[in-house]
Amino acid sequence: MEHTHTAVAHEEHGHDSSTKSIWKTFWILLVITIFEVGLAFLYLEYDFMARWALNGIFVTLTLVKAFFIVAEFMHLRHEIRNLIMTILMPLLLFVWFIIAFLADGDSWKNMRKDLSPGTPAAPAKHITNEHAPAHH
Amino acid sequence: MDTAVTAKKKWWSGGHSPFNVSYGKLMMWYFLMSDAFTFGALLISYGTIRFMSTSWPDPNEVFHAFPGMGHTNLPLVFVSLMTFILIMSSVTMVLAVHAGHMRDRKAVVKWMSWTILGGIAFLSCQAWEWTHLHEAGAWWGRNPFLNVDGTVASTNFTNFFFTITGFHGLHVTSGVVLNIIILANVLKGTYEERGHYEMVEKVGLYWHFVDLVWVFVFTCFYLL
Repeated sequence: MEHTHTAVAHEEHGHDSSTKSIWKTFWILLVITIFEVGLAFLYLEYDFMARWALNGIFVTLTLVKAFFIVAEFMHLRHEIRNLIMTILMPLLLFVWFIIAFLADGDSWKNMRKDLSPGTPAAPAKHITNEHAPAHH
Repeated sequence: MDTAVTAKKKWWSGGHSPFNVSYGKLMMWYFLMSDAFTFGALLISYGTIRFMSTSWPDPNEVFHAFPGMGHTNLPLVFVSLMTFILIMSSVTMVLAVHAGHMRDRKAVVKWMSWTILGGIAFLSCQAWEWTHLHEAGAWWGRNPFLNVDGTVASTNFTNFFFTITGFHGLHVTSGVVLNIIILANVLKGTYEERGHYEMVEKVGLYWHFVDLVWVFVFTCFYLL
């Protein structure tokens, strides 16, 4: 039943509108990718903005591309709410996952920088540094 | 028309699928979700290691070659081509799924063939890139590239690069194999007999997922 229904629904929409939205998604993905590469080139040549801002743009655009692939190509936008939620809600774990692990990595870097041999530590920090190796 | 979607419909009172998709498609979604966590874990561990390193090799220094261009400095160009190939094959895959809805067997064959060709082209590009990096001295446990600040880099960079792009390449390979199997079934007329081309949709979901992962790999390894 489901299959006959979807077939009918698609025929009602007509051949054209459906393929049109496919190609529209393709152009969006292509333009975003070209924009990203262009921005990377400009940065290489002219170094015109802060690295963190550039990375922020890259990550945002990546998420935009991911949205279009999942919503249009994988058709998730056109499924019913129950299905969308059962797929997307578990992915919220990534929010914790990314924040926790990157923060962990960053704190390791700071510890190693402060504790590396020959590092002239700031006078105020010096006392704590002497006790720090015990944690290793 | 028991699958018609209306606002008042009670999805959980039985009699129909509460997700309005078949069992097979739902399970493909759940599989892809678990696979997303696998790739997520790999990419986040890469990010963690990168965050804890005081310096890291510059991707524009490492990935600057293009086949047949010798030593010309072309950062990002080759990987952009690979990205384009994969997006394009995703498009041909949707067109195959669309043709399946129309029960247009000839068009399904045409678009599936293009998708398989795109997958093989992507894998060939990756094979070239790996060979090139291998010749430059990079491999698991070996890293000839210096950090941005000029210090000697650890092997973390190459280990993560080859593991993650390798794992993705493995997914592309199995995607191509699945696509070939489905194409063979289309040619045999299996789905014509069955009355629907839902199997094309299922491998389609998998194929788009592989494209989706590449979008993230592209950003994490080549842009950031």
